[in-house]
Amino acid sequence: MVKPVAFHMSNREAAAAPNVELLLDSTLESVDTAEEAVLHQAQELGFDEDDLHRIGMSVRESMVNAVVHGNRYNARKKVHVSVTRSAERLEIVIGDEGEGFDMSSLPDPLANENLLRHSGRGLLLIQAFMDEFQMRPREPKGAEVRMVKYVPKS
Amino acid sequence: MSVKLTTRQVGDVTVVDAVGRITLGEGASTFRDKIRELASSGHKKMLLNLAEVSYIDSSGIGEMVSGFTTVTNQGGQVKLLNLTKRVKDLLQITKLYTVFDVFDDEAAAVRSFS
Repeated sequence: MVKPVAFHMSNREAAAAPNVELLLDSTLESVDTAEEAVLHQAQELGFDEDDLHRIGMSVRESMVNAVVHGNRYNARKKVHVSVTRSAERLEIVIGDEGEGFDMSSLPDPLANENLLRHSGRGLLLIQAFMDEFQMRPREPKGAEVRMVKYVPKS
Repeated sequence: MSVKLTTRQVGDVTVVDAVGRITLGEGASTFRDKIRELASSGHKKMLLNLAEVSYIDSSGIGEMVSGFTTVTNQGGQVKLLNLTKRVKDLLQITKLYTVFDVFDDEAAAVRSFS
């Protein structure tokens, strides 16, 4: 099970309808599709090249987790992507239909004994690149990542 | 485009020039296969030139670490050359800067192999 993470949403945020909603197959091609859709929104908000790279990479890592670890490439399972933007922020939610998992059960990728592990760095990169990151269970089944990047004040 | 890898010898050091993206799928598997092929054919001193690598994801990082472990366990060494700022940032975030020897100068990197 995914460990619930508290969500703090203002009424305004809760009421905001996504600008983009995608229902994608559990394939690696969907990783490109989601990245392209999110970056299109991010470009329109005026993020610079470095931020676009960070946002794109966070989407790719989340999508890979959903396709590979969540849905395990199962053709009957979908990946749910939504993008909501305002003048101040870009919010991306990526959910799978897998078994879910407890983030606290993951080994710490920065512990010395884990530095040479082959995998387990994706969530670390997302947390480094985005301003907000949360993981919660997806109803009725699966895990959902919510991440936000703030639009820099010009 | 995924990754294109070419190798050249500088003394007894094998320099691997990588161009493209090292990401989940073809890029990461091409990278893994090349390191394993070199290690199994007796190349014990490898210098990975990443100057033209535009993108590495966590899978690509995983393959770099696996390559490092494979070669080190066989008594060899893997070092990194010419990292872009984005790849340097990744190594800092993941603390792998403490694992890999990183160089900006090829001649100095080649000399550093014992």
